[in-house]
Amino acid sequence: MIDLVWLIPAFPLLGFLTLICLGKSVREPIAGWLATTAIAGSFLSVLIVFIGMLLEKNENRQTVFTLFDWIPAGDFKVDIGFLADPLSITMCLFITGVGTLIHLYSIGYMHGDPDFNRFFTYLNLFAFSMLMLVLGDNLLLTFLGWEGVGACSYLLISFWFRDPANATAGKKAFITNRVGDWGFMVAMFLIFFNFGSLEYLEIFDILGSNQIAETTTTFIVLMLFVGAMGKSAQFPLYLWLPDAMAGPTPVSALIHAATMVTSGVYLLIRVNPIMVEASTWSTGLIAWVGAGTALFAASIAVAQTDIKKVLAYSTVSQLGYMVLAVGCGAYTAAIFHMITHAFFKALLFLGAGSVIHGMDGEQDLRRYGGLRSLMPITAGTFIVGWLAIAGVPPFAGFWSKDEILAFAWDKNPLLWLVGIITALLTAFYMTRQVILTFFGKPRYLNAGDAGDAGDAGDAGDAGDAGDAGDAGDAGDAGDAGDAGDAGEIHPHESPWTMTLPLVALAFLSLVGGFIQLPFSSSTKRLEHWLEPATFHNETHLHLSSSTLWILALLALVSVAIGIGVGISTYLKEKIDRQIFEKPSLVNAWYFDSTVSKFMGGSGSKAFTAVAKFDKEVIDGAVDGTGQIVKKTASILRRSQNGLVRTYALGIGIGAVGLLIWFLTRTTL
Amino acid sequence: MIITTTWYLLLAAVLFSIGTTGLLVRRNPLIMFMCIELMLNAVNITFVSIGSHLNDLGGQLAVFFVLVVAAAEVVIGLALVVAIMRRRSRTNVDDLKILGG
Amino acid sequence: METVVFLISAAVILSGALGVIFSKNPVHSALFMVQTLFGVAVLFVLLEATFLAAIQVIVYAGAIVILFVFVITLLGVDRAEDLKVEPISGQRPLAVVLGASIFGIILTVLIVAVGGPTGEQAANIPIGDATDNTKILGEALFSTQVFSVELTALLLTVAVVGAVVLSTRPTKPLISTLEELQNDAVEDEPEEKGGE
Repeated sequence: MIDLVWLIPAFPLLGFLTLICLGKSVREPIAGWLATTAIAGSFLSVLIVFIGMLLEKNENRQTVFTLFDWIPAGDFKVDIGFLADPLSITMCLFITGVGTLIHLYSIGYMHGDPDFNRFFTYLNLFAFSMLMLVLGDNLLLTFLGWEGVGACSYLLISFWFRDPANATAGKKAFITNRVGDWGFMVAMFLIFFNFGSLEYLEIFDILGSNQIAETTTTFIVLMLFVGAMGKSAQFPLYLWLPDAMAGPTPVSALIHAATMVTSGVYLLIRVNPIMVEASTWSTGLIAWVGAGTALFAASIAVAQTDIKKVLAYSTVSQLGYMVLAVGCGAYTAAIFHMITHAFFKALLFLGAGSVIHGMDGEQDLRRYGGLRSLMPITAGTFIVGWLAIAGVPPFAGFWSKDEILAFAWDKNPLLWLVGIITALLTAFYMTRQVILTFFGKPRYLNAGDAGDAGDAGDAGDAGDAGDAGDAGDAGDAGDAGDAGDAGEIHPHESPWTMTLPLVALAFLSLVGGFIQLPFSSSTKRLEHWLEPATFHNETHLHLSSSTLWILALLALVSVAIGIGVGISTYLKEKIDRQIFEKPSLVNAWYFDSTVSKFMGGSGSKAFTAVAKFDKEVIDGAVDGTGQIVKKTASILRRSQNGLVRTYALGIGIGAVGLLIWFLTRTTL
Repeated sequence: MIITTTWYLLLAAVLFSIGTTGLLVRRNPLIMFMCIELMLNAVNITFVSIGSHLNDLGGQLAVFFVLVVAAAEVVIGLALVVAIMRRRSRTNVDDLKILGG
Repeated sequence: METVVFLISAAVILSGALGVIFSKNPVHSALFMVQTLFGVAVLFVLLEATFLAAIQVIVYAGAIVILFVFVITLLGVDRAEDLKVEPISGQRPLAVVLGASIFGIILTVLIVAVGGPTGEQAANIPIGDATDNTKILGEALFSTQVFSVELTALLLTVAVVGAVVLSTRPTKPLISTLEELQNDAVEDEPEEKGGE
């Protein structure tokens, strides 16, 4: 049954090709259902392969299926093959599973959009690329999928490209990704140069038998981490993720929460044998970058006013957790958090989309309020997602986050401290978001309504000095087109195509944590399942169970503090929210604007110089070769002067030369 | 001193080099032709002297044929010179540089 | 005796050759050429190739040089060319070097070679004495070398035909280049019209 692994990417590819050929000729929901069926077919194939894999013994679970030879170029041989092992199948499971739900959701969300068909074409292409990324048995196929998802991300972020801000956001995402791709490519060159092959299993074999210098493996790991930084939005390459919210919400849910951004983490885990051989300072660097990004992004999320931007920074923060786990050598924990994050982040994004859909495009948190009664299913599932991400047991997020924090403590207590503070902030800003959206008095009614107690709070909101920084958010201008609408908004619940995925994801967020419970070895199912892929390279926790209980307790305490402070600030309004919503946080520590200033100012001077160098030196060398040929020819042409005597002289010189040569050769 | 074959060969060599130098220096086509004839004569001397040295008639036979061919060559060559230089007042080989690049 | 004859004829030959290349007047060159050819004929006699000596005088000095003189007078090139100027730079020094190197090579070969010049017999026919030279030569030519003789006959025929063809005047010019047209325009009307 595992042989059917090729079906997994084949379905979305087929869907993509069909939709491209159909183009605009089909009417609205057909393209959507077609795409959803394609990815549902892919999900079924994954289930079949998964069950087949479960039936096998642990040692036989890693198999390679080669479709055909792709690049047979002497020593450099690459073929299209799939590596079906627990890691890739796990990724496929949640990619296709969550993907199917999001496809279904999009049918309702994109209803009425004139580019309905194009959306699903891109979604299927994205699914295909992502599946190739995780299923590829060599680095080049992974890179193919890597670039594919990058391209689809660009296509989907700038889906409503007629607004230039959206197009710019798409370009930003693509260009920032490119910086990461450079790292990936350098790593690929190095790997091929040192290992002679790009296939994972061959690389691991060579690593086991030969001694590769530690500097080489360290450099490879660092370059791969640069690639992962680009895709998984770590500092400083996270800039594109908040701007990517310009795309439709299902895109944000699928690509920028559940799947594409996890590909960086997947890559690092896939090459964990190389990471083990690298020096400890490089893995430490990875851990610190992850932790730092987590804290950094969480601090920014505290002050954001766009519902999607909060979730975007939250994604960056959670990705930081995953990278932290990878840096600590806790690969299972990273995958675990990836899975649970896929569930609850997709849920949160889809819920946000449902709210935006119900509020006719309004995305500003300050204009929400009290939507609980008007959108019950959305509110209920969103609350489940909130509890999951905050880390409240028994929801999924608690288990996965706790595992990462335990490994962090083991590596360095400071890392744990950063993680704990981030968890506190996470609880806080998610509480803030939930309360501002679903609780309290409705703020979306006209400000002209007098006598409304809620308006007092509204006027207080408008007077918030922190809002002044909001105008800098370019993405907002495109999204909140309806913000200026002085008319009435009638919030309504979304259709079943949108609420069904919400419920499904809420359920998964509830029970998803049970695949890796830390109580005993038998409950750590995920860890055992992933063993063929992690090769026992994981760091072993040297913590006593009492330490683990204390850490868990401290985590719970921090969550409680976060939620408590959130409630008292935003619901009970006992603490002034201005303490938290500082302008520097709203403007993301001014990092983005600094980068823009640099790129526009001194950066562009450097780029112009580089372009000039390219034109004059490199192109000049190429053209110069031609010029040299021309000049040499014009010099040599002077020997063809047409004069008989010159030619006679040439003949004479040649004859004498030959005679002398013969003389010197022979003995007389 | 006894005149050995070497002397004849040396004489022929001198004659040949004089002919070569003349060919390359003079610009009048007819004089260039005469220099070619000088060279041919040098070759003839060489042939006959070596034939005499080896007591073989082959040298003289060769000279015979060289003579015939030289005559034919002169005929054609002069006809060409006449055909080309007919309309010019100054005969100068350096003027024939139409094929220059 | 032989030595004296050789030295005198050598002197005649070389002075004639030098005269050929150094004369300004082409007719003088032709006459010096005759001098050289005579010297070569004397040398042939010295080497007991009497028939060749006769042929040399008759054909070379008698026919070929006459041809030269005919063409000189036909083309009117008795005007002296300017020997002082050499338009092509480096031609003269290189020509001298070339001539000297050819002589030098042969000199080297002759000096270095031990036992004098070597070679193999080509015709395997011994030379008789001087009086029999014609007979032996004739026998050899028309028995063993008859093919070559026929070819030379053919060659001479071709040469005659070619010469006739080359000297016919076409009614209009075969080629007309800008240079020729310019030359035509520059010089006064040539003998062309008068020669018809």
